[in-house]
This record gives sequence, C-alpha cells and structure tokens, in this order.
Amino acid sequence: MRFDFAALIVMTVGCWFGAYHADAADQPRRYGLGRAPTAAEIAAWDIDIRADGKGLPPGKGSVDEGAAIFGRSCVGCHGEGGQGGPMDRLVGGAGSLATAHPIRTVGSYWPYATTLYDYIRRAMPYDAPQSLSPNEVYAVVAYLLHLNGIVPAHAVLDAKALPQIVMPNRNGFITRDPRPDVTEK
Amino acid sequence: MDGERKSDLQSRRRFVRLFGAVAGGLAASGRAAAAKEPVATHAPSNVPPSVPQWMKEQGAPVGASAYGAPSPFEKNVVRLARTAGLDTSGVSFTPLQHLTGIITPNGLHFERHHAGVPAVDPAQHRLMIHGLVKRPLLLTMDDIVRFPSVSRIHFIECSGNTIGWNGGDPKWTVQESHGLLSCCEWTGVPLATILDEVGLEKSASWILAEGADAAGLARSIPLEKALDDAVLVYAQNGERLRPEQGYPLRLLLPGFEGNTNIKWLRRLKVGDQPFETREETSKYTDLMADGTARQFTFVMEAKSVITFPSAGHLLKQKGFYEISGLAWSGHGRIRRVDVSVDGGKTWREANLQTPILPKCLTRFRLPWSWQGEPALLQSRAVDETGYVQPTRSALVDVRGMNSGYHFNGIQTWNVKQDGTVSNAI
Repeated sequence: MRFDFAALIVMTVGCWFGAYHADAADQPRRYGLGRAPTAAEIAAWDIDIRADGKGLPPGKGSVDEGAAIFGRSCVGCHGEGGQGGPMDRLVGGAGSLATAHPIRTVGSYWPYATTLYDYIRRAMPYDAPQSLSPNEVYAVVAYLLHLNGIVPAHAVLDAKALPQIVMPNRNGFITRDPRPDVTEK
Repeated sequence: MDGERKSDLQSRRRFVRLFGAVAGGLAASGRAAAAKEPVATHAPSNVPPSVPQWMKEQGAPVGASAYGAPSPFEKNVVRLARTAGLDTSGVSFTPLQHLTGIITPNGLHFERHHAGVPAVDPAQHRLMIHGLVKRPLLLTMDDIVRFPSVSRIHFIECSGNTIGWNGGDPKWTVQESHGLLSCCEWTGVPLATILDEVGLEKSASWILAEGADAAGLARSIPLEKALDDAVLVYAQNGERLRPEQGYPLRLLLPGFEGNTNIKWLRRLKVGDQPFETREETSKYTDLMADGTARQFTFVMEAKSVITFPSAGHLLKQKGFYEISGLAWSGHGRIRRVDVSVDGGKTWREANLQTPILPKCLTRFRLPWSWQGEPALLQSRAVDETGYVQPTRSALVDVRGMNSGYHFNGIQTWNVKQDGTVSNAI
C-alpha cells in the first residue's frame, strides 16, 4: 500500500480545525486498483506497428512467399491478384481518386506500408486472425506491394526495409479537420 | 440473441395459447395492422360494445418472462441487418420510425461490426494501459467498476450514417437512411481518472484504443478528447453493456464518429503521434473531389431528421398530425430546429422536448394540419455553436460526391396526395 502524503495532510489539517470534508479525505490521490502488467504480458499484447515502423518484429518475407500464402489464405475474399472478390480490392486504382469512380486500394490510397503489416497481423486472414508468423506477414505485405508496382518481384521485406517504402498516396491526406466547411444563413 | 429470440417465441406461444386465433391473427398482421385501420378478422370482437376477451380471464403468470420482451404485437420493431460479402462484417439499423423520446432500447441499438460480436467472458477480460505512462496498469472488470463512475446520456452515430445520400432508394425508411444512430444512458469511469492513475509522460499526445474482437479494431484518439469527456463504459440504460455494444467494456467518445468508440476495449497505448491504423487511413477518411482525403474528422456535426411522418408511413386521413423528429450535434446542445412542409421555402420553429443535453439526441415536435396537399417535409438543426445543418447541395459544393462519410445534409420526405410518404433522395 502506498503512503499518501496529500491525504495525510488533508486529514491532519482537517483534524486541527475540528472537522474536515469527508469527500476530500475519502478520495485518494491514486486509487491503487489493478496491478502492473509484466513485461511479457505487455509484449504479447503490444501488437501495433507505428507509421515509422516502431513495433515491427524480427523476421523477413519475400514476394514469392507472399504469393503462395495469398493463394492459400486470401484469394477467396480478395480475388486473384488482389483484384477484389466478396471483400476489398487491394490492387490498382492509380489516378482514380479525383474521378467520379475512385478506386481506393493499397496502391492508390493507403498512405503507409507499415499499416499493412499492422492490419494483416491483427485482423487477417479473416477466418484466423493473428495466426500468421512474422515471416508470413512480411511476405504477404511484400506480395501486395509488388502487385501494386511499389516493390520489385525480388523484394524481401523486414523491419528495416518496410518503413522506408514511400506509398504513392503518402501526401494525399489532410490531417487537420477543416470543418465547419459549409456555412448556411 | 438466441436467448432473446427463444424467450420472444415462448412468450408469443403463451400469448397465442391464451388468446387463440384472435391473438394469432393480430400478431401476424403486426405493424401493418397498427399502420392501417384495425380490422377485426376473427370473432369475438374486443372493441365496443364487446367486453375485451383479456378482461374475462387471467393474464400470463407473474414473472413468466424472467427478462421481459416487447409485446408480440411489436414484433416488427426490430433492427435491420445489412452485410456485404461476409456475414460478420456489416451494420444493423435502429428502427427510428417506431421509437419515441430520445432513448434507444438496448436491443435496438444500431450495430457496426468488423468481425462479428465476440463472446467475451468478463472474468477473463483485461484492460491494459501502457506506453508513455509512468505506471502501466492491468485492470480486471472488478477493478474498473470500483473506480468513481458517471452516467451520461449521449448519442452514437456511425460516420457512415446516411451513406445512401449519393445513391439512395425512394423506398428507404428513416431506419435505412438514418438508423446508424442511437442514444443511451452510458455508465462508466471517466478516462481522465484512469489516465491520472497511470500518470502521463510529458510527450503523450495520442492514445491507441484497441478492441478484443477478431478485427482488433484500433483507432488513435487525441489526448485532448481523452482528458475531456471520454468514458470507459460498462453499462447502458441501467444494465451491463450488450455484447453488440462492446460487453463488457467500451470506450465512449461523446460526439465523435461511431467507430472511434472502441467496443470490447482491451488496450489503451499512450503515444506521441497517431498510430495510422487501417481504420483511420484506408477507411473512415473522407475523399474530396480533388483526390485528397480528410483524415481524423472525428466530430459528428449537427444533423436532424423527421421520424414521423417518414418514408413508409401512411397518412390515412386529412387533419391533424404531429410532426416529430430527432436533432443532435457532436459539438454540444441543440439550440433550435426548424421544420418546413414545402421543401425549404418557408420554415417554422419546432418545439424542443426537454431535456436538451449536449451531444445527445433532442426530440422536436411541431403541430401540422394536413389537408391532402403534396408536401415536402424537412428539418434543419442549429446547435449551440450557431452551426446550421446544411442542405445536400451545399455539402456537395464543398466536398464533392466521393466524401461518403459525415453526410449531415437536410433530409426530405415526400408526402403525396394519397398520403403515402417516400424518401425524396
């Protein structure tokens, strides 16, 4: 149990004057509930990958390896070559964002390649999330980036290479909310 | 869900057993009977001068339904699911056309799931708070409910609500056009209390909130919002959260777009920059006509919609009707709602039903005498910042046709001379 000086002072001063506010004395500076997680517990749950690559695990994967995994685990929803199926199209759409029919894919829209790693690791494949090894996730990321013409066929991605990839739409986002943008009388 | 359906079925069976063919016939016609003139299709009649059958015998046993369900006659007041591709990814809409007041019953709260509804055991659920904090913390549900709590009434609206604005269907009811909107009394622990408990590092500026569903749904939350009015919610409308709303723990960010209110909350990681998750880059960003996209457009701006009369309703007779609807703003309280019956040429100020709370649905009402003329019904909300709900064309002028999310334009219902009402989009 922590020794709380503030509470002690409140109680002491309060007693000097014969009365003190019960709420102030009952409300500790810290509640002391729960416990500190261990380093191993944090590591196991700390799965996010930051835009600059912080959080990427050791390991590596190639375009070819990714193609094989995609054929096994992804093609059912995303179609041959990531052209779309029941779920999102992942490839193509370059130059379409300012048209009447924008096609938002990994290649045309996503600002960070690292987000691909984060998302595939946490949520894909749809029927078995968090089942791919780091090597497999790197490989699928490499394959999808290659399908979009962003990395060459011989590319091998790892924690060093992935954050260095500059996505085509990297500067396509306005991060400061410009609203209210419509003024009515 | 199964339990609910089963208990509904059981109570319906009991009802049918008690009242025989009469109840069966009426229950089958359900809402349709309520919408049209009630017609007694089976003897005996229960309307004057007959004494109703239900006065002549005992009703269902006390406590027959351990968890009550609506009357079988209300069986059509249900959510409407819509999925695309996979049955665990999609939405279900709140039946706003059938609801009164401002509170959404728990079983009718809208849903948006990215990987289905997980069956989380509260005894094994944990909230981890770590990152740029002085004292990382792991909390059980028992720990969380011991912190000082607050109860607040707030709406949650999906940023994709009214997504059909650039391609809707005249038949769409207000459930389909505006039903990704609900409002509950939420109870939980202010996030600021927990952040005080763990102690923020000086560089802290964003928090990653992560769900325990199979999507591991994750969004970056500005620290300013987390310290302002964010709540770690464990109860809605007096009972523990429903699984569909994030049982046993969700984040509530009053006025922010629905998906940031992370359900099944398992982790809060404090950082010094946004985490750029898939949901805040490739999804839930608003594409402008020039091909750039707005990111982190969190607040749901002032909006309103008439819920009666609305598409699918039928005005059976000329005469008096009370126009009624909902107004809300993610920036605070509703100050005024104007209603037009002539497509926006003239406006009358509606009566606002108290309480008028910040970031909460406000019910408005206006008396209307309908003499059988064609009418175009509209409502226009003004919030306490002075912001006026825009027209569809004003929004399109600024944002183009590809923006998708955050459409808060004025809705028009088309009343024809025969009393039918349709969506004017």
